[in-house]
Amino acid sequence: MTTPAWNGRERRASARPEATPSGFESLLATKEIVVCCGSGGVGKTSVSAAAALGAACRLGGKVLVLTIDPAKRLATALGMEALGNQANLVPPELLKAAGIEPRGELWAAMLDTKQSWDDLVLRHAKDEETAYRILDNRLYHNLTSRFVQSHDYIAMERLYEIHSTGDYDLIVIDTPPTRNALDFLDAPARMADFFGGRLLRWLTLPYRVGGKRGNRVLSVASRPFYQVADRILGSKFLEDIAEFFLNFQGMYDGFVTRANAVEQLLHDRRTTFAVVTTLEAAPLHEAEQFCDILTTRGFHLGALVLNKTLPDYLLDPDGATAATALVEDAARIAEALDGPALDDTARTARVLRTIGDSYRNFSVVALREAELRSELARVPDVVARIPTFEADIGDLGGLQAIGNYLFE
Amino acid sequence: MIGPAPALLDRRLLFFTGKGGVGKSTVAAATALLAANSGKRVLLVETDAKGDVPAQFEHKPVGFKPREIYPGVLAMAMDTEASLQEYLRLNLRVPVIGRVGPIARAFEFVANAAPGVKEILTVGKIAWEVREAIEGRADHDMVIVDAASSGHIVAQLGAADSIRELVDVGPVRTQTLWVADLLADPDITAVNIVTTPEEMPVAETIELVARLRAESRAPLGSVIVNRVLPELFTRADEETFEALREPDANAALVGQVGRGATAVLDGARLAVSLRRTRAEHLAELLTAVDLPLLYVPYLFVRTHGLRVTKMVTEALGDELGL
Repeated sequence: MTTPAWNGRERRASARPEATPSGFESLLATKEIVVCCGSGGVGKTSVSAAAALGAACRLGGKVLVLTIDPAKRLATALGMEALGNQANLVPPELLKAAGIEPRGELWAAMLDTKQSWDDLVLRHAKDEETAYRILDNRLYHNLTSRFVQSHDYIAMERLYEIHSTGDYDLIVIDTPPTRNALDFLDAPARMADFFGGRLLRWLTLPYRVGGKRGNRVLSVASRPFYQVADRILGSKFLEDIAEFFLNFQGMYDGFVTRANAVEQLLHDRRTTFAVVTTLEAAPLHEAEQFCDILTTRGFHLGALVLNKTLPDYLLDPDGATAATALVEDAARIAEALDGPALDDTARTARVLRTIGDSYRNFSVVALREAELRSELARVPDVVARIPTFEADIGDLGGLQAIGNYLFE
Repeated sequence: MIGPAPALLDRRLLFFTGKGGVGKSTVAAATALLAANSGKRVLLVETDAKGDVPAQFEHKPVGFKPREIYPGVLAMAMDTEASLQEYLRLNLRVPVIGRVGPIARAFEFVANAAPGVKEILTVGKIAWEVREAIEGRADHDMVIVDAASSGHIVAQLGAADSIRELVDVGPVRTQTLWVADLLADPDITAVNIVTTPEEMPVAETIELVARLRAESRAPLGSVIVNRVLPELFTRADEETFEALREPDANAALVGQVGRGATAVLDGARLAVSLRRTRAEHLAELLTAVDLPLLYVPYLFVRTHGLRVTKMVTEALGDELGL
């Protein structure tokens, strides 16, 4: 199921001596948080889980992988069918059955956005009544489920929450799929800005001063805004919004303090970022941008993971020569071969042409990948390359196979 | 082919959504080119302003104002603030409020907080461009949208309906009516889903079809399966291939074409297993989704950009019998 597309020969040739820990291993040994980021479809979730499993095996300790939206089979493999926010130990018997006996413990948790928001409100609201008034509010539901940054923020907030329990030696977090994969970096600051900003006070002021519903007192500054907004949305809608935020008022300080702490944690030297990408033009271009942004903004860029790459034997000049010969000279070569199932020379020739042609096709893509790899401008010290696997990674054995390349 | 797929280009408004990384922009661009090739003028709308859409035509990023980036293909990047300003100017005769000052920020804030405001400004602008086309007032005949990905599209398509639940009165309420109706009209609109024959994209596609049916009135179009690997062998040919991989035959082949023969055999085995894994996902998609499927082959090419757009255009044209 989990045969790597790369063959054994290459792996042995490039393997380091066993005694030296790999770059990836050293990186994880000195960090408490690894944030895996990258554009959609590059395999972030599998790589995150593989990194956590590898760390639990090689470094020991308690390692948690916090996944956002794992494929069903991966969730099952980690023993997390019915889990919400609760972190659970990946059952040792599952690991043992896959031939894995880690030095440490592997824990897994999934992110439940709604539950996390509710917890946050319950924690920060000034009393239970206010909390439930907020939780029942229609705008609250929309805000937490649709507000683009709310998913990003809550992921980082959960990371902070888990880290501050001190329960884990290492936390590996998968980042939510967003339009811009680095939005989550801004989420804490935006959230602080959102709930704590003067803007909110400015917007709700007319209602606070006016007291009774509908009695707005507009300042000179806010009048033009309300004139426009009223005409678009209707004043009733704005009132609803204002009321909702008035309920939120008691929680501003808690929210802002918290968001600032989350932001600090991401900048902490114990936190590192791993950018995951495939060697396709668009994701790679985006990955390079992430590397730049992370570095310029003072985050620790720890590793670049090149995922789903094609094997080097597709670049072998001898392979190209053989493929060309097979395509051009198929009939003659088919005649020269004998053996069971090879006596229909027309069929053998057709197969030879097909495999030669297929090799040449895949070579074009492998060449493109190699070229993109060599053009990488800014790369962190640790670059891991993971092959395309012949089947999907959906079990612990598969994660371990990815881990072997990560930690190689 | 099943269903009314050839009618794809007869609609005025085509959305292309799907999981990130499956090639939405490429497929949207290729469909636009296909339409342009058949003599239509197309407005291609990029909703996330990353510049991916113009890049499919080797063109630099575009702004809110449509620009012709290829003969017959106009492109614009969605910008909710610009969309609001245009709306105010056209509908309420309110002077442009500009980017400066607290008003723009206040708007940004309310748009973030209030459900559906950003979404309605996006679909509202799109619907407006479609209506202009229908009434012959526009420079284009149809609108193709490189839409939000699976996670966001349901909210976007349902925005016009959901905002009416929240807003009791006011121009937005009345004006969202026609937007919602246009988006729900199967003669005008089709929401197409782009996927690849891989585990997560297929799972998301199946889920998205169910969600769109349950939570929106949007008419579904086709599922475009991108990057389909070729089937190398028939069953009988595959037996021959397996025989070639036996040590003796492998050695004989090395004797004929050099030691590179092993790499060629390994490469073919990789191609076969990749294809097989994907075929399973494709089968799952076929069972779970009753929409017409259009296949775009995996392209073994050096580059991306216009060359790829043209190749995908050709593949789509073949699928549609054009």
